[in-house]
Amino acid sequence: MSGLQIVFLIVAVVTLFSGVMVVASRKMMHSALWLILTLLGVAILFATLQAGFFAIVQVLVYIGAISILIIFTLMLTRRVMDEEHPQVIKGWWLPAVMAVILFGLIAGFLATWKDFQVMLNELPADAENLAAFGSALVNPAGYVIPFEVASVLLLAALVGAIYIAAERKEKVG
Amino acid sequence: MIPLSWYLIAAAALFCIGLFGVLSRKNAVSILMSVELMLNAVNINLLAFWHYHTQLQGAGQITPQVFVAMVFIVAAAEVAVGLALIISAYRRRETPVVDEMTLLKG
Repeated sequence: MSGLQIVFLIVAVVTLFSGVMVVASRKMMHSALWLILTLLGVAILFATLQAGFFAIVQVLVYIGAISILIIFTLMLTRRVMDEEHPQVIKGWWLPAVMAVILFGLIAGFLATWKDFQVMLNELPADAENLAAFGSALVNPAGYVIPFEVASVLLLAALVGAIYIAAERKEKVG
Repeated sequence: MIPLSWYLIAAAALFCIGLFGVLSRKNAVSILMSVELMLNAVNINLLAFWHYHTQLQGAGQITPQVFVAMVFIVAAAEVAVGLALIISAYRRRETPVVDEMTLLKG
C-alpha cells in the first residue's frame, strides 16, 4: 500500500465521518461546522486526483462563500430546537434503509463494470491544461453558450435572492 | 496509485449520506446542507472519471472540467436562492421547520 493510498483512506474516512455528523448532529451550528470539514475533505480528494484548480475553487466557493452563507442563515433563523426536539422526522429509519439499499445498488452495479478496479496512474504535469480549459469556455466552437447561460443564471439567482430576502414595507401574509 | 473504485465507492457513500439527510431532516437549512453533500459526491465522480479518461486518451480532456464548473455554478445559485427563500419563509412563519410551512395547505 503506497503513501498516497494511505492519505486517501484517511481523508475518505474523515470526510465520510463528518458527512454523517452533518446529518446526525443535533445542534445546527455543529452540523454547519462539520459540513466545512466535509468540504475540505472533498477538496483534498480533488487534489489527490491531480485536479488542483478545482481543489482551490472548492475551498474558495464552498468553504469561503457557501458555508458562510449557510452559517449566516442559521443565525438569522435561530429557534429553540436544539437539544430537546429531535432534528429528524419520526420515521427516520425508512430513509436510512433506502439510503443503504441505494448504496448497495450503486456499488453492486459499479462492480460489474470491467474497468472498476483500474488503477489511476500519475498524470503528466500538463494534464490539467487550464489554458485550454479557459479558452474552451469562451470559444464559439466550444462551450461559450453554456458558459454565458451559466453567468446569466448566476446573475438572475443573485438578483432574485436579494429580491426575495429583502424586507418589504407593506403587510404580507 | 489509487484504484478508481475507491473514489466511486466514497462518492456513492457521500451521496447516500446526503440523500438520507434530505429525506429525514426537519430543518430547511439542514436539507440544503445535505443537497450540498450530494453535489460534492457528484463532483468527486466527475473528476475521478476525468482522471481516468485523461490517462486513457491523453491530456486535453476539457468536457469533464466544464461539467464540474457548471455544477459549481448551479450549486452557488441554488444555495443563494434557497437560503433567501428560507429567510423569507422564516420572516412570515417564524419557523425554519419544513413540517410547519403549511401556507398552501387547503
